[in-house]
Amino acid sequence: MTIRALSGRPVAELTLDAVRRGEIGLADLRIHPDTLDRQAAVAKQHANPQLAENLRRAAELTRLTDEEVLAIYESLRPGRATPAELTALSGSLASRGLPRCAALVAGAAEVYARRGLSRAGTNP
Amino acid sequence: MTAQDRRPVGRVRFMDAQRVNLDGFAVEDVELGLIAMRSPNDPEPGLVIRDGQVTEMDGVPEDQFDSLDTYIARHGLDLEAAPEAMALPDVQFARRLVSPDVPRSEIVRLSAGATPAKLARVLALLRPAELGQAMTKMRARRTPSNQAHVTNRLDDPLLLAADSATAAAFGFREIETTVPVLADAPSNAVACLVGAAAAAQGVLIQCSVEEALELELGMRGLTSYAETISLYGTEQVFTDGDDTPWSKAFLTSAYASRGMKMRVSSGAGAEVLMAGAERKSMLYLEARCVALARAIGAQGVQNGGIDGASVAASVPCGLRELMAENLMVMMRNLESCSGNDALMSESDMRRTSRTLPIVLAGSDFMFSGFGSIQRYDNMFGPSNFNAEDIDDFLAMQRDWGVDGGLRTVPADRIGELRWEAAQMCRAVYQHLGLADFTEDQVELAVDAAGSKDLGETDTLAVVGAAHAIRDGGITVVDVVAALDELGYEAQAEAIMDMTRARLAGDYLQTSAIFDEQLRVLSLVTDPNDYAGPGTGFEPAPERQAEIDAIRQARGVEDLRAEQAAAAVPLLAAAAAAPPGQDPREVIIGVSPAVGRDVWRCLSGLAVTDVLAELLAGLEEEGCTGRVVRFNDTVDLGRIGLAAARLAGSGIGIGLQGKGTALIHRRDLAPLANLELYSVAPAVTPELYRLLGANAARHAKGGTPDPARNPYTDEAIEARYHTTVIALMALERAWVKPGAPAEELSLEGLR
Repeated sequence: MTIRALSGRPVAELTLDAVRRGEIGLADLRIHPDTLDRQAAVAKQHANPQLAENLRRAAELTRLTDEEVLAIYESLRPGRATPAELTALSGSLASRGLPRCAALVAGAAEVYARRGLSRAGTNP
Repeated sequence: MTAQDRRPVGRVRFMDAQRVNLDGFAVEDVELGLIAMRSPNDPEPGLVIRDGQVTEMDGVPEDQFDSLDTYIARHGLDLEAAPEAMALPDVQFARRLVSPDVPRSEIVRLSAGATPAKLARVLALLRPAELGQAMTKMRARRTPSNQAHVTNRLDDPLLLAADSATAAAFGFREIETTVPVLADAPSNAVACLVGAAAAAQGVLIQCSVEEALELELGMRGLTSYAETISLYGTEQVFTDGDDTPWSKAFLTSAYASRGMKMRVSSGAGAEVLMAGAERKSMLYLEARCVALARAIGAQGVQNGGIDGASVAASVPCGLRELMAENLMVMMRNLESCSGNDALMSESDMRRTSRTLPIVLAGSDFMFSGFGSIQRYDNMFGPSNFNAEDIDDFLAMQRDWGVDGGLRTVPADRIGELRWEAAQMCRAVYQHLGLADFTEDQVELAVDAAGSKDLGETDTLAVVGAAHAIRDGGITVVDVVAALDELGYEAQAEAIMDMTRARLAGDYLQTSAIFDEQLRVLSLVTDPNDYAGPGTGFEPAPERQAEIDAIRQARGVEDLRAEQAAAAVPLLAAAAAAPPGQDPREVIIGVSPAVGRDVWRCLSGLAVTDVLAELLAGLEEEGCTGRVVRFNDTVDLGRIGLAAARLAGSGIGIGLQGKGTALIHRRDLAPLANLELYSVAPAVTPELYRLLGANAARHAKGGTPDPARNPYTDEAIEARYHTTVIALMALERAWVKPGAPAEELSLEGLR
């Protein structure tokens, strides 16, 4: 089983020679979603389904840019988004093929409304 | 009564002046949350499950769940194990936790089904030794490890590099840095990365700053883990911290998505400090944090007070609570990074008392930041143990025969590594156009015990370097290429090896570290298999030897060499010693190795100088002396008595090579004597001269005022007993039963 970087390049090819040839970019330093899914399976076998779920969410997030990831984090902080905005974000994540992240955001949308963690004045 | 009369008596004033009384001790106060465990307001443990869903947890019905309850109830509990775990009486649960016959996996299974209030109740039942026993069994990784803080007041890159190399050489497997000036962060990350690579492979690096920057540094491969993602035990304080369980869960996944190891941070006292403890105990609130940590999918938790450690330490049972927090993390099958990272007392005894039980039990990380630099350079604030304490810690490991993750590094090796690290750092900064440092600056950083030894530095150069790294998009690949082009091929390879190893993702599993061969040690690859005496982690023989061989250890051969170096061509054996006739003659009897293997007393005085003083004292009082070596005993009483019996006056002085001396008279029993200097390390030339003079006064029939033993409150036995043992071994080797006494030449003595 070949371990690859996010770029698709086999990790074994990330050598000092490749550095010398100037071949290695940022995507070669990033972890591949398959690797995270594989680690998720290992975590589950070792009695930690929550760690497994986290790693599966992480596998989904490899497809987003750093800016997108930080923007979603910002939306989830208290008082940043309305429930409707969170629901919309959840929907967009689902449609982009990130169902686990979508479910996380959907859960937040529901609870934030009830606990006053949504943006002020926009609670339903 | 005057004010003077009302003040406490001297005995109390003396006690008041001790350092422990600088510490704050709080009266237990439930209203403020100043209670370690078992607040009357902690809920009764309970769990109601209907149709596969939690409808009530720890006395709170679902419609009243706050955000923490909701997240824990929906994601954090194993509902299959829950009925059994919740029905198990607290005492039964606690006993299983401690018993070596119940495997770790069984406790992990049950704990997954236990609510926060349940685990808080169970852990409050454990006594300190039981906490230790349970910790030994429950920590996730078999091999214990340790983490270092590496920071300085100036963010000086050369010093950071040298100190990282030093920390890596001492055996720390994680290095956490932070900054007094946020903008410096990228520079600190690079300096620590380069410095650690000079000393050891596979050290994980963290730069603790705000989330976005920390993630960015990780994504560029400059750092490799994060741990300052804080959780709190009440919704109010959590929200005040500008996060929710969902935002933290997302952030946890964000770190993993960029291939970064991450643990969360919590611990007693945080809620109390924010006046938001809601009248609950510290252990219960922490139980909520730990349950949440598991629920959001973090692989580990840094707790055990952390910034609130001294809050916990201020209340009764506070230290027990801190240790229970760590244990709770282990029960939830997570990595424990066990605190001990904030100086919780001004008293050396109290801070040792706080840390020692965890070192003895063994944790994934004994410290979530041992201050490997001096206290004043620790930009997290002083840790509970710091550079001041590294030798103490190494001695403690050795005393108890436990692996605290550290090892002795020979003095010259520390010098070499610091030099290499600082040179590498300077070269990389220059090569990448970050900053130009001078050879003099490298030399200062190599020799510095802390940033105060650096003299004037250019802090703007650091900010400039940091900007250049951030704006220039410098990644680990740039650092590797620079090292390679500068001729540091091995270190460049090492960092590439680590980069590849990280991409395999194995180090994202619970409790993962890399060993120095870049093997991942984790819950998966190195699971703790403790099941009672004779099982579990034991240092391998090589590792045990490393723990035992502290640099201060001395053997008989070391001492023989030291004594040989002090040898002088004096005290030749002149002849067999005849009995004296002169009533003013006093014999100085010396032990068998004097003039052979033993030349220097414990006080540091040369044996020949001591003899010269004794002879001078005799002369002052109009007596004469001869020096005779007795070869059939090491016992000072016998030597002194034999000397007295040989002396014309019937008075003898006995002197052991280590410096212990006495005056004897021919008619006394061997163990009786006239005067004795028993504290050899503290005897001065003047006192030896006085002993000589007093011996002469005895010889003349007088009754001199005996010389007083010098007294000291120092740990004189701790300091000298090992030397005494070796010296006596040297003496014993020359003993020949029945061998005659020999007169030693005084030539050259005076």
